[in-house]
Amino acid sequence: MDLDLTEDQKAIKEVFSGLFTKQAPPTVARAAEPLGFDRELWARLLETGAPGMGVAEAHGGGGATLADLVVVTEELGRAIAPVPLIEHMIAARLHPVADVVSGARLATIALHPADTHGLWHIVPGGAVADIVVGIDGDDLVATQSDPPGSALRNHACSPLANRSARAGERAVIGTASDFDRALAEWKTVTAGALVGIAAQALDIALEYVMARHQFGVPIGSFQAIQQGLADLPIAIDGGRLLTHKAAWAGDRQTPGTVNADDGDITDFSALASMAFVYAADSSAHATDRSLHYHGGYGFSEEYDIQLFYRRARGWALVFDDPSREALRLADRLFPRSK
Amino acid sequence: MDFSLSAEVEQYRATVRRVIAETVTEEIIDRQHRTGTFNSYELNRALAKAGLLERAVPGLGKGDPIELWMLFHELEKSQAPYDAISVSLMVAGVLNNVGTQWQKERVIPSILSGEALACLGYSEPDFGSDVASVMTRAVRDGDEWVINGAKMWTTMAHESKWLLLLTRTNLDVPKHKGLTMFMLPMDTPGITVEPVPTMGTERTNATFYDNVRIGHEWLLGEVDQGWRVMGVALAFERGVMGGTSVGTPLLRHFHDWARQTGLLDDALARERMARVAIDCEVAKLLTQRCAWIAATGGLPGLEGSMVKVFATEAYQKASRWFQQMAGPSGLLQFHEAGAAADGWIEYDARHSPVTTIYGGTSEINRNNIAERHLGLPKARR
Repeated sequence: MDLDLTEDQKAIKEVFSGLFTKQAPPTVARAAEPLGFDRELWARLLETGAPGMGVAEAHGGGGATLADLVVVTEELGRAIAPVPLIEHMIAARLHPVADVVSGARLATIALHPADTHGLWHIVPGGAVADIVVGIDGDDLVATQSDPPGSALRNHACSPLANRSARAGERAVIGTASDFDRALAEWKTVTAGALVGIAAQALDIALEYVMARHQFGVPIGSFQAIQQGLADLPIAIDGGRLLTHKAAWAGDRQTPGTVNADDGDITDFSALASMAFVYAADSSAHATDRSLHYHGGYGFSEEYDIQLFYRRARGWALVFDDPSREALRLADRLFPRSK
Repeated sequence: MDFSLSAEVEQYRATVRRVIAETVTEEIIDRQHRTGTFNSYELNRALAKAGLLERAVPGLGKGDPIELWMLFHELEKSQAPYDAISVSLMVAGVLNNVGTQWQKERVIPSILSGEALACLGYSEPDFGSDVASVMTRAVRDGDEWVINGAKMWTTMAHESKWLLLLTRTNLDVPKHKGLTMFMLPMDTPGITVEPVPTMGTERTNATFYDNVRIGHEWLLGEVDQGWRVMGVALAFERGVMGGTSVGTPLLRHFHDWARQTGLLDDALARERMARVAIDCEVAKLLTQRCAWIAATGGLPGLEGSMVKVFATEAYQKASRWFQQMAGPSGLLQFHEAGAAADGWIEYDARHSPVTTIYGGTSEINRNNIAERHLGLPKARR
């Protein structure tokens, strides 16, 4: 057992933390609204090799593990960086063609199957991606077409758009069931990003409650506020450990076990669901507390916490309600009687 | 991060499971709920005989804290009566950390053989969370100390051979600086034990100290340095030594019962069971982190506070959910006809409230996190 990041991961964390702090302060996320995409930041990410870092070296990628990607997405979440890097990294692992591995063509994944007309609804990154990978009928397809360049106006100012699975250059790259693994990977790295959002929301709150004075003292000296904030590092640390455990399970070559009765769960799919549900709830809670302790200013557009509040919800709900994901997890953990 | 367990730890777990399977009968589990004494000498001796206790004492060096966590994780899942041996091992760990050679030789082997237990005398009738204000006095008289006062929540005092006792030795300094810890035999004249029954079945005690005379050799650590000894004890207590895996057997009981009654297909039950499974996993990971920090040379005080708050509050939520979903069957106690999970659902609903209180309330632990982890100023209390 080793609950520390590897030396490589510490280096990865430093690089991306530095890059996002410098290239993507909250002003960048703010300026990118309502589309939710900053082309310059994407160009900088291309230089780091991030778009293809999770692709096997045999396909020209960086050969990074899922756990490495989680380290990157936590930093991305901390910066609420307006780039669909999560979806691109997962699409690249599914469809590692040269332009996608390099990031020259932006790819994304449709989280839900196309409807009977071949339309993927509310695709994350869909407003700007050149290639969408997703399920159409029984097939897993990659469809290349011109992105709309504008987003469906949405809660989190994410580049969401509906995309056709059939209009454009369509390639069948597998069967629908091949997408299961990608979806579990998406849940895992998204959980990493949500942990990052929660961690940053806590930092923002700590700074605010020590700067804001009422009754002649910093509001951070009030026990009511301290008790509410003290829950957050627990949720953040718990979410990070759970997300890393899911990534560890995803990186292992051996199948895991599913035994909730004995508290022994090492199955990737189950852990990915757990991480997604827990991180989604935790980041919603952390941003809620942080916004609340800002008082009215937290609700005003001027302060950054509202940017985090909306993304904590939007980045998870683009897939589904955490409670519905908990029901899918239940199907994995507690098979029905019939 | 690597979440796999070493071959040694897997081997250790296999041995723990074998001892539990061979020793912990239905009768032993039932007996604790009839008597309120959460101890089994049969189990303690069997664990000792298999060499498991000596490996599990914090800091003794014969096993690592991952094993300590594993021992209590497995005991807790099996619902064996382990409270007494948990506290006793913790006391052995404290003694090992700050005790004299003489003290270690007298006390530690008796605990590690499974024959003797130890209890904690910290809280008093008037001082619980504010434990640094305790007023049980110890006054020096030549080579002896004379102790007078009263302690509360001295669980297992009626079975214990040893007592870890927090006393006031100096009234002229700030409260944290005038405390001294003693380790003493429970059969020292002047100690009386009165039972205090609780809602959760487990018996605890009030203990009284009337001119209790003990030699200076029983002083633990140094005079007026009792708060430091408390710090060591609390770091051991909150985290790896049980109390954080309680949700797992509760989930198992509810799962079994839901399967028998058809509730397993109910969407609300399924969602809540999944959420409880997630909380159990998070509690387990936060506990493993404490063990890992201790195994790599640290003292996981803050991390212990975090898992204490999380695991106990998650357990309370789960016990409330499951009792509610069981409906009237969730009201029935052990072995009543129709009782949900043969009474375990009712028991957990009745037991869980104490877990956010003992060993440091959620509020005290949150204060600890706010001040020491988040760097917020000391709040007005």
